[in-house]
Amino acid sequence: MSSSTDWPLWEVFVRSRRGLSHTHAGSLHAPDAEMALRNARDLYTRRSEGISLWVVPSSQITASSPDEKDTFFEPAGDKPYRHPTFYEIPDGVKHL
Amino acid sequence: MTAALALGDDALVLSHRLGEWAGHAPVLEEEVALANIALDLLGQARLLLSLAGDEDELAYLREERAFRNVQLVEQPNGDFAHTIARQLYFSVHQQGLYEQLAAGDGAFAGIAAKAVKEVAYHRDHAEQWTLRLGDGTDESHERIQRAVDALWRFTGELFQPVEGVDVDWQALHSHWLEAVTTVLERATLTVPSGPQSGAWTAGAGRQGIHTEPFGRMIAEMQHLHRSHPGASW
Repeated sequence: MSSSTDWPLWEVFVRSRRGLSHTHAGSLHAPDAEMALRNARDLYTRRSEGISLWVVPSSQITASSPDEKDTFFEPAGDKPYRHPTFYEIPDGVKHL
Repeated sequence: MTAALALGDDALVLSHRLGEWAGHAPVLEEEVALANIALDLLGQARLLLSLAGDEDELAYLREERAFRNVQLVEQPNGDFAHTIARQLYFSVHQQGLYEQLAAGDGAFAGIAAKAVKEVAYHRDHAEQWTLRLGDGTDESHERIQRAVDALWRFTGELFQPVEGVDVDWQALHSHWLEAVTTVLERATLTVPSGPQSGAWTAGAGRQGIHTEPFGRMIAEMQHLHRSHPGASW
């Protein structure tokens, strides 16, 4: 049995065939990036064709701290000029 | 339909061997990978055996001597390295075979075209692990070398022409040797130099002569079906 240091945790991001962006799908253990990709393929894509996979070592991800959420995320709701709501969106613009 | 039986039995028997890993693989992710490969092979076996007759009857009611698989695929799993060496030898062969079949217009062209993508993945999986085990720790190196050596004598049979399978067997063998040599050398392993088959394998799997562990394997595989003949499931 391998110890968890030999088999670090990886985060998996998947873009489906018609998808616009990579979405976090889950995590897995793998000895290196190449094996992480292969494991992600088996675990999260069922091998559908035409998709893209990203794997990132979990240790490389820096997350925002829940303690600082007020100063970080408090929306400036009383300052409407901060929000791009004054533009008219032309017809035919998709995915905005 | 000896040809459909030969190719179908290869896939069926190896699928069953890989199924034995369920719950016992070194890590969860690897278990899923082995199960995936087993399922691919079982799918191939079903298509091929259906060409030859009723797939359930063929899988569950034939005696050992009626199976036409090569002896390589019936070898017990052993340790993880042993399973990987068996996968390497077989998947490199199967990929070469199916590529040729898919390019032709024989009875197996459709099935081979569908399976060749799966088999390419099986080969990649086996190569990745051969490299890691060979170029890993002293112990993993020793174990995979032992496995590669032990299974070598079963590889000659892979290139014994099968009646009804219209491929260039000579080319298949030389491509196989080249591909396997490349991987083993990259993995810092020694390519075995012994004969690729022994006198005692003269009859060999394609003629229904099997090694001793195979009888026990099919006893387990067929037990339920033989206990309840004719049941639907």
